[in-house]
Amino acid sequence: MTKRHKNAGAGVTRRNLLKAAGALAGAGVVSSFPAPAVWSAEEKVLRYLGTAVNQSDDITKKVLADTGITIQNIVATTDDVTKRVATQPNSFDILDTEYFSLKKLVPSGNILPMDAKKIKEFDNITPIFTKGQLPDGKVIGDQGTAPKKVMFLEGPHSKTFSKTETEWVTLIPTVYNADTLGIRPDLIKRPINSWAELLNPEFKGKAAILDIPSIGIMDAAMVVESMGKYKYPDKGNMTKAEIDMTVGVLTEAKKAGQFRAFWKDFNESVNLMASGETVIQSMWSPAVTAVRTKGIPCVFQPLKEGYRSWASGFCFSKGTNAKQQEWAYEFVNWYLSGWAGAYLNRQGYYSAVLSTAKANMEPYEWAYWMEGKPAEKDIHGPDGSLLEKAGATRDGGSYDDRMGNVACWNAVMDENDYMVRKWNEFIAA
Amino acid sequence: MATSRAPLESQGLPGWLQAMPFGLVFAAFFVLPLCFVIMVSFWDYNEYEMIPAFTTRSYTESFEGCLADLPNLCTMLATYLSTAKFCLIVWALTLSIGFTVAYFLAFYVRSATTQMVLFLVCTIPFWTSNVIRMISWIPLLGRNGLVNQLLMSAHLVNAPVEWLLYSQFSVALAFVHLFTFFMVAPIFNSMMRIDRRLIEAAYDSGASAWQMLTNVIMPLSKPGIAIGSIFVITIVMGDYITFSVMGGGQIASAGKIVATRLDALQFPPAAASAVILLVATMVIIGVLNRIVDIRKEL
Repeated sequence: MTKRHKNAGAGVTRRNLLKAAGALAGAGVVSSFPAPAVWSAEEKVLRYLGTAVNQSDDITKKVLADTGITIQNIVATTDDVTKRVATQPNSFDILDTEYFSLKKLVPSGNILPMDAKKIKEFDNITPIFTKGQLPDGKVIGDQGTAPKKVMFLEGPHSKTFSKTETEWVTLIPTVYNADTLGIRPDLIKRPINSWAELLNPEFKGKAAILDIPSIGIMDAAMVVESMGKYKYPDKGNMTKAEIDMTVGVLTEAKKAGQFRAFWKDFNESVNLMASGETVIQSMWSPAVTAVRTKGIPCVFQPLKEGYRSWASGFCFSKGTNAKQQEWAYEFVNWYLSGWAGAYLNRQGYYSAVLSTAKANMEPYEWAYWMEGKPAEKDIHGPDGSLLEKAGATRDGGSYDDRMGNVACWNAVMDENDYMVRKWNEFIAA
Repeated sequence: MATSRAPLESQGLPGWLQAMPFGLVFAAFFVLPLCFVIMVSFWDYNEYEMIPAFTTRSYTESFEGCLADLPNLCTMLATYLSTAKFCLIVWALTLSIGFTVAYFLAFYVRSATTQMVLFLVCTIPFWTSNVIRMISWIPLLGRNGLVNQLLMSAHLVNAPVEWLLYSQFSVALAFVHLFTFFMVAPIFNSMMRIDRRLIEAAYDSGASAWQMLTNVIMPLSKPGIAIGSIFVITIVMGDYITFSVMGGGQIASAGKIVATRLDALQFPPAAASAVILLVATMVIIGVLNRIVDIRKEL
């Protein structure tokens, strides 16, 4: 290819070049080609802003191979994603963010909802998102920003969440999970079954909580309730008095030396647990896996009060044009078509469309990850690393057992501003 | 000297013109952004946007409870008290270590080459980033870290020492480790400028080593000490990452307050906190300037 170019170039004189240029210019005027053929073969590129949960090289490569779309990943922390959407909406095309951020993002007008009619698998998306129930109809906890509360808008440019299902979907779900406490069974040496254990003086100086106010306060509320101190009408939307009380309980524990540290990012939580600095702490599922792959026992402990859940999904920036939106639909449709879903399920997350993901997984994988059955064969992660030996069962069991026991969702409260101030007070205590 | 200076003066470039390039950089990248920060700190805000309407809300809410809760400390006072305490501890330690190192380099090392080589050796830690130098303490100080393993195997303690990491101790240690060089450099510089004849004169007059130190060297090193102190104090006042990493997120700092507000998308209170921090730092520098008139000393 290069060689041919070179040969052609050798024979070109400046005069010929000018002639050719003139001819081309003339052609452009005479024939009214809307855009030269070169442009229609233009590379399909989407700038994808997200928190790295769903962004991996494997997915990027597979998208390119299957659809010809080049995904440019822009990775940021949850807070920074929100900040970026609010301040630089033109710096990305497609956004992958958590449902609880929507209360901040939708009123800003910087994101646009997707049209459900253009999503092939929309009707097969798990009813957790649309109705707040499991596929078998069991209704799950909806305290906090449950996706069904913020799933639909009243119109394509509306800033009001619709109470009924509409065509305009704020976020097309990609991934979700149920979070709980992580523990070191080898160091605790007894069963743990309640959130209250986080503040049990037995673990003085060996507990940790996460220092992201909107998530940390929910974990704290689960603890307060399980200690029998108070029953919240809605943990995800506390009054000022409730915030004072919750932060008060945390502050008291902090002053008594309960906490070893507060962690802010994934890797910190892995290091705290793996080094034995903490034996019980708020944790995320892949962090537990990361500790285990180091050969250190760590359990994502199911607790009787239930899980704190989260979910994220796709929408696009208000800065996208019609063509980019078409690519975005193509990408989202690819995402829900199964390969990506299976990839996410193998990481211990859950995919939005279960049927397509199942078709892309081996039966023994599906049985282990989704049905809570003992592994028939060794279980490998998407990168091929060994996660569990044959015979192991997943912490918390099946999809229905885990998602069915969701008690609340990550949330942005009406009193968020006050809560953040109180959180600073807790840190300073 | 005089001949080399003459042509420049005869060309008659006025002083203000010569200062202009730096002045412009200073205005564009410091004064202007600072004005924006101050402006935004008086704006209103909601969950998702800043509202350009004048309000002192960010300030009144930042100082919430500071009068009402007395004698208990409000968040702001408690945070600044804690930050000031670290400033004092770190300043005292870096000053004594920095002064000693600089004294050794300037007066004990005879050859200029050795002096320069040793001075460069002091900068070696700066070849890696702040964060890496800080994080490398963690495996050393942790519950199952090297220090605890040593103490346990030497039977000096029965249980791991917990206060080594994620404590005030570890934060102060990291600060001293990171910033002592900022004291060494300016003090060394001041000491090198001290006219050796003054020391000889003191010696000839029968001064003891201690008297030479306190009556000659220390007063003449004052500008270096003041500059080093400004470096260390401003860095500790505004620091966020050392407090977070070494304090396990449990120790409040002025920088942390700003960061939490920023993460929550609350820009005006973050700006207000930044302005409060700036004022507090300037007050400290002002007091320092009262003690040592840096301009005069230079």
